[in-house]
Amino acid sequence: MAKELLKGNVAFAEAAIRAGCEAYFGYPITPQTEALEHMSKRMPELGRVFLQAESEVAAINMVYGAACTGVRVMTSSSSPGISLMMEGISYIAGSEIPVVIINVMRGGPGLGNIAPSQGDYNQMVKGGGHGDFQPIVLAPATIQEFIDLTVEAFDLAEKYRTIVALLADGSIGQMMEPAELPPMRPVRKFKDRPSWALTGAKGRDPNIISSIYIDPVEEEKLNLKLMKIKEEIIANEVRYRDLMLEDAEIAVVAFGTAGRIAQSAIKTAREEGIKVGLLRPISLFPFPYERVKQVADQVKAILVVEMNGGQMVEDVRLGAEGRAPVTFYGRMGGVVPMPDEVLEEIQKLHAKLKGGS
Amino acid sequence: MEKTKMVESQIYTKPESLTEIGTHYCPGCTHGIAHRLIAEVIDEMGVRENTIGIAPVGCSVFAYNYFNMDFAEAAHGRAPAMATGIKRVNPDKIVFTYQGDGDLASIGAAEILHAAGRGEHITVIFINNAIYGMTGGQMAPTTLPGQRTTSSPMGRDIELHGFPMKMCEILSQTDGAAYIVRRSLHDVANIRKAKKALRNAFEAQQQGLGFSMVELLSSCPTNWGITPEDALKWIESHMVPMYPLGDYKVHSALSVK
Repeated sequence: MAKELLKGNVAFAEAAIRAGCEAYFGYPITPQTEALEHMSKRMPELGRVFLQAESEVAAINMVYGAACTGVRVMTSSSSPGISLMMEGISYIAGSEIPVVIINVMRGGPGLGNIAPSQGDYNQMVKGGGHGDFQPIVLAPATIQEFIDLTVEAFDLAEKYRTIVALLADGSIGQMMEPAELPPMRPVRKFKDRPSWALTGAKGRDPNIISSIYIDPVEEEKLNLKLMKIKEEIIANEVRYRDLMLEDAEIAVVAFGTAGRIAQSAIKTAREEGIKVGLLRPISLFPFPYERVKQVADQVKAILVVEMNGGQMVEDVRLGAEGRAPVTFYGRMGGVVPMPDEVLEEIQKLHAKLKGGS
Repeated sequence: MEKTKMVESQIYTKPESLTEIGTHYCPGCTHGIAHRLIAEVIDEMGVRENTIGIAPVGCSVFAYNYFNMDFAEAAHGRAPAMATGIKRVNPDKIVFTYQGDGDLASIGAAEILHAAGRGEHITVIFINNAIYGMTGGQMAPTTLPGQRTTSSPMGRDIELHGFPMKMCEILSQTDGAAYIVRRSLHDVANIRKAKKALRNAFEAQQQGLGFSMVELLSSCPTNWGITPEDALKWIESHMVPMYPLGDYKVHSALSVK
C-alpha cells in the first residue's frame, strides 16, 4: 500500500481495524478523540462494534467483557481517562485477558492540560492498577511506528494473554506524517476463538473468567504464573533503536517524542564534532536494561531526556549500573523541549568531559 | 394375593443450570432461592449452553461456582458494563448479571443507569437485602431509615446518610428499559411470582425489546441479627412498604408468560 498523510490518532485507530479489532469502547478525551471519532464511523461500516461508554470506568469494563469472549478489542484514552481505567486494567491482568490500550499522554497531574507529556511513564510501565503485574508497554516516535506497534500489540497481547499498552503523547496523536497502513486482516471466526473464551458452554464444561483467588496459596500460584510470563516477555520482546552510537562518547536515552527531539539535537551536535548517539527504547516494559548496560560500558556519559520530571531515568540508572554517569534533562506540564535545549545539555556534558580529560 | 404397586415419580430435581457445588451462603439467606429460580428458568428456556452470566462483588461473588454455564466475575459495580461488552460482540447470547444492592445501587449506579438508558439487551437480577453482606453488615444505599447496621449503629439517619435508593422506580424512567419489576422471596406465593418475572425478563432479552431487571427483596438473617424465619417476616413488614412490589415497566410488545 502507498503512503498517505495520516494523523496519529486516526492512523492507530485504522491500524487496529486492519489488525482485526472487532470492538472499540471509549470516551471522548483530548488529545486522542479523533481515534474515537474514526472508530464511530468505520466500525459500523464494517459491521463491527463501536460504543461510546458513559465513562472510562465503563469503557474498560466493556473492553474486559468483550475480550473475555475471545475477540480482539481495544480502547484508547489520555492520561486522566487512563487513571480511571486502572481498576479494570488490574482485573484484566488478574484474569489474563488480552487487551490493547492506547494512552495518548497529556500534561498533568490532575486535569492538567491537553499538551503532549510523558508524565504517565511510571503509572503505565510499573504496572497500572493494584497488584503484581506489568503490561507490555510500547512507545512510538513516528506515525509509522504508531501503526506498526498497534498491529503488533494485538499479536503480543494474544501471545502472552496480557495487556499491551501503547504510550504515545499528544504530539504523536495530533501530528500528521506520511505513513503506510497495513492490509486488512479478517476478524476471527467464532469457531477460531480461544478455548478459554466465554462462548457458551456447549458440549464442554463451563469456562470461568475471574480474578479472584480467595486462597492466598492459589493467588500466589497466579502471581507466579504472571511472573513466569513476565520473564518470557523480558527474554523475547525487548525493542529499541540505536542511532550513531558506534563511536559515541555521549549517549542520549529518550523515548517517543523526546527521542525524536533528541535525534535532531544529536545531528547538530555531530556537525559540531561531538561524538554523541541515541538509544531510543521502544519497549518500555520490557525495558532494554542490557542495551543500556552495553552503552554505559562504551560511553563516558549518559543524558536522559524526557517530557516529565525524570521517570524513565530511574530505569536507565538501573541498567547503567554505575558504569557511566547518568544526567537528566526534562520539561514538564505539557512543555515540549526544543532541540536547542537538548543540544545545550549535550554541549555542557561534552565540555565537562573535555575539561575532565 | 394382591400386591401393592409402588409408583415412583420424581417431582423435584436439581436444575441442569446449577452445579453440584454446595453454596457458601449463610443459613436462611435467600440467594439460594434466587439462584435456583434463575437456573430453572434457563433450563425451561433451553438456553443454558448459550448463556453467559456475570457475577458481582459481594456475597454472590462466587455465583460462577454454582451456575453450570460460562461466567465472568466483574469488578464491584461494573457487571452491567462487562455485560454490555459481552453482549455487543455476541448479540446471539443470553447475557445476565447478578448483583447485590451495594454493587448495583451504590458503586455501580452509573453503569446500571446507562445500561438501562442504552436499552442494552441484557437481564439484571438485583438482590436487595438492604445491607452489605460480605463485608459484614454495613449500611447499603437501600438500608431503611432507622435500620441499624455496623456503619449506622444508631440507625440510618436520613439527615446524615440520605434516603434509600429505589432502583426500579429510577430505572423504569429510562426509555431503554423494557421490563422492570420488583418481587420478593419472603414466601412461597411471592417466590412463584418472582420466577415468572425472571422468565419474562429473559424473554424480553430474547425478544430483543431492551434492558430488563428483576429486583428481588431478599433476607440477610446473619447481618440483620435475627432468625431466618423472622428475617422473612421482616421483609414483608419493613421492606415491602419501602419497596412496593409490582411491575414498574413492561414493554407493550412483551408476550408475558
